[in-house]
Amino acid sequence: MTRLLDIQGLHVALPAGGQRAYAVENASLHLDENEILCVVGESGSGKSLTARAVMGLLPRPHVRIAKGSVSLQGEDLAKAKEPRMRELRGSEISMIFQEPMTALNPVMTIGDQIDEVFRFHAAMSGRERREKALTLLNDVQIPDPAQTILAYPHELSGGQRQRAMIAMALALDPKILIADEPTTALDVTTQAQILKLIKEMQDEHGTGVLFITHDFGVVADIADRVAVMQHGLVVEAGTTEQVLTRPEHPYTQALIASVPSLEPRPARPRSPEIVMRVNELDKTYTSGGGFLGGEARVVHAAKQVTLDLARGETLGIVGESGSGKSTVARCIVRLNDAEAGQILLGDADIRPLGRAAMRPYRSKIQMVFQDPFASLNPRARVGKIIAQGPLLQGETPQAARARATELLETVGLDKGAYDRFPHEFSGGQRQRIGIARALALNPEILVADEPVSALDVSIQAQILKLLDEIRDRMNLSMVFITHDLRVAAQVCDRIAVMRRGEVVEQGPTAEIFAAPKHVYTRELLSAVPGRDYFKTVEEHAKMSV
Amino acid sequence: MLSFWNRFSRNRSAVLGLGIIALILLMAVIAPLIFPGDPFGLAGKSMSPPGANGFLLGSDSLGRDVAAGIAHGAKTSLLIGLIATLVAVLVGVIMGALAGYYGGIIDDLLMRTTEMFQTIPSFVFAILLVAIMKPSIESVVIAIAVVSWPAVARLVRGEFLSLRNREFVQACHTVGMSDVRIMLGEILPNCLSPIIVIGSLMVATAILIESGLAFLGLGDPNVMSWGFQIGAGRTLLRSAWWVCTFPGIAILLTVLAINLVGEGLNDALNPRLRERAS
Repeated sequence: MTRLLDIQGLHVALPAGGQRAYAVENASLHLDENEILCVVGESGSGKSLTARAVMGLLPRPHVRIAKGSVSLQGEDLAKAKEPRMRELRGSEISMIFQEPMTALNPVMTIGDQIDEVFRFHAAMSGRERREKALTLLNDVQIPDPAQTILAYPHELSGGQRQRAMIAMALALDPKILIADEPTTALDVTTQAQILKLIKEMQDEHGTGVLFITHDFGVVADIADRVAVMQHGLVVEAGTTEQVLTRPEHPYTQALIASVPSLEPRPARPRSPEIVMRVNELDKTYTSGGGFLGGEARVVHAAKQVTLDLARGETLGIVGESGSGKSTVARCIVRLNDAEAGQILLGDADIRPLGRAAMRPYRSKIQMVFQDPFASLNPRARVGKIIAQGPLLQGETPQAARARATELLETVGLDKGAYDRFPHEFSGGQRQRIGIARALALNPEILVADEPVSALDVSIQAQILKLLDEIRDRMNLSMVFITHDLRVAAQVCDRIAVMRRGEVVEQGPTAEIFAAPKHVYTRELLSAVPGRDYFKTVEEHAKMSV
Repeated sequence: MLSFWNRFSRNRSAVLGLGIIALILLMAVIAPLIFPGDPFGLAGKSMSPPGANGFLLGSDSLGRDVAAGIAHGAKTSLLIGLIATLVAVLVGVIMGALAGYYGGIIDDLLMRTTEMFQTIPSFVFAILLVAIMKPSIESVVIAIAVVSWPAVARLVRGEFLSLRNREFVQACHTVGMSDVRIMLGEILPNCLSPIIVIGSLMVATAILIESGLAFLGLGDPNVMSWGFQIGAGRTLLRSAWWVCTFPGIAILLTVLAINLVGEGLNDALNPRLRERAS
């Protein structure tokens, strides 16, 4: 029997002089009808290029298929000519992307974009096409399809855009759907809905789905079979059950082990000393308005936010995008100015302080940023980046240098890093440098804004461990902003859940995870991918111990 | 530094441009040695064609040596181009940095001022400025700088706007760094490449403006320049082609060379091209 999709010994060549000769090396995969194959791997594993090779969308001429075959029901796509590929794309194989905002054309309505697919591939009258488009949008459960058909991409939410993309991808009932991290850019509750939708559509149409992801939680929820990739090699493949419960390759084992558990870690006694209190903090953003701007739109990014932070504890602020969690963090470190409320450090309210008055308090609160690539000055040497804080606070150059060297060691980097530039380091190492910079002023409070969300899962675990160690060693208190409840469960003693600028629930992590009081918290918790699966795995593990 | 040269030298035409500029510089430096005396002085028979009467490139209607004029004019052109560009870049960087960094009212104020300068065609504006001041080297430099800085200001403002919200700049705020230090020490080094590129190309424009002004008789009457030579020979174009042609070729070569070098700098400093190469 010919398989739906059969990839044999696929080699994808990289331009000469790169780090490695092949992005994908000797990959053999297959996909049958009516199944979902998840290709899992960290960044640089070649998973996306494999998908693109199938679509014939490699960035040629630099990256090309060097060896191997990609056969679609017996037809070798690696040798197919461009016109033939154009015919196949959309009708036989279609693709959905990570970021629907950039994958959709911003100046065309959703209706026109779906219409295009039909016009290129099928002979239908305008009325038929419109009706088909409406049915499709209905199928992907977009509320009010008649309205959506006339909408532009920016007028839809992220989840709706991804639904529209799926509608387009399935318009011609393709045999294969390639999904390249389709839920990575979405909030966790939206992600759960989209995963459910993909599964339903696949069931209904009998499509073979090649699903690229880095998230084992998603794998557990959706996959029938799994292939794990590392450095361009397929290191392990098998059914989901096999790979998740009995991984054979050490890399797969390590990956699965580094998925943070949803089981909150044991509670620690809370120190009676409160280092920071945030009282009824308000922050609004105004957009539009002004000269000729029409009516201004006011968004409450933080509404009556009240938090307190005890010495030595980690307070997690969790929420989806737009919940105001980052705004609160930035108000606390005084990168943004809150309009009302108090930020009490001991007895001093730092909220209304001006720049000069704030300076003595700067060293007490420091921040670790999200993006390890944007948070270090590319033109400055690592040593200077770390030492400049102490220098500004009046340390001698020798003392600042000694401090920076010591900190490099604290965060697990070599002393030689002092004279190197940020671009010479990997994402995880850069994040360590960012942490060293934040520690350089001996802060009492560390505010970490999504410090691991840009990192691969194995690196994530290392950075979380480092933050934990440092907190204990330096007796720091930490405010930890995250959208990932798994991460929150592992590092936070207490959690505040935010939605639309308000704290809807706060309390000890274990209590909130065990008995969430607010509806929204329950929604968030139940949307965590792979929740049921990993729970049973953990219980098995416990029982066997 | 070495890798920078490697990247730069990959562009052959940029190296050629650099060579031409080096030759012109050399000519400017040794002009007093090979053509001692005043280039305005009468050196022999007027209207001699190239090669005749001991004139390498001929003489003009008053018997001045065209070759001597070109050699001495090189110094004027290069100096004016360089100094005017430096002044323009300095003013432009300050205005653009303040506007981009602070935004709000300061941005509005500075940018509206910049736009006021940009609404007047630059060459006409330069003529106007020199006509108001008396024609001299200084006034030519000032005029060129005044018409050139708005472009730099716009560029620098854009760079500062995009860089000021980067996380590394915010990290500097959290350690309490002053605005001046953030602007000069953190942001400016990250936008040096486009400034260097636009600066190098501006030198070429400045030379062209200077020649244009001198051609119209608005240059410093006591200083020899290529534009002046062309202006003086323009009525003789049909009877003595060499008077205009050789200074014209000198301008062409200089501007072309500077543009080639600017292009090469752009390629070598452009981070996106750099990533592609590595």
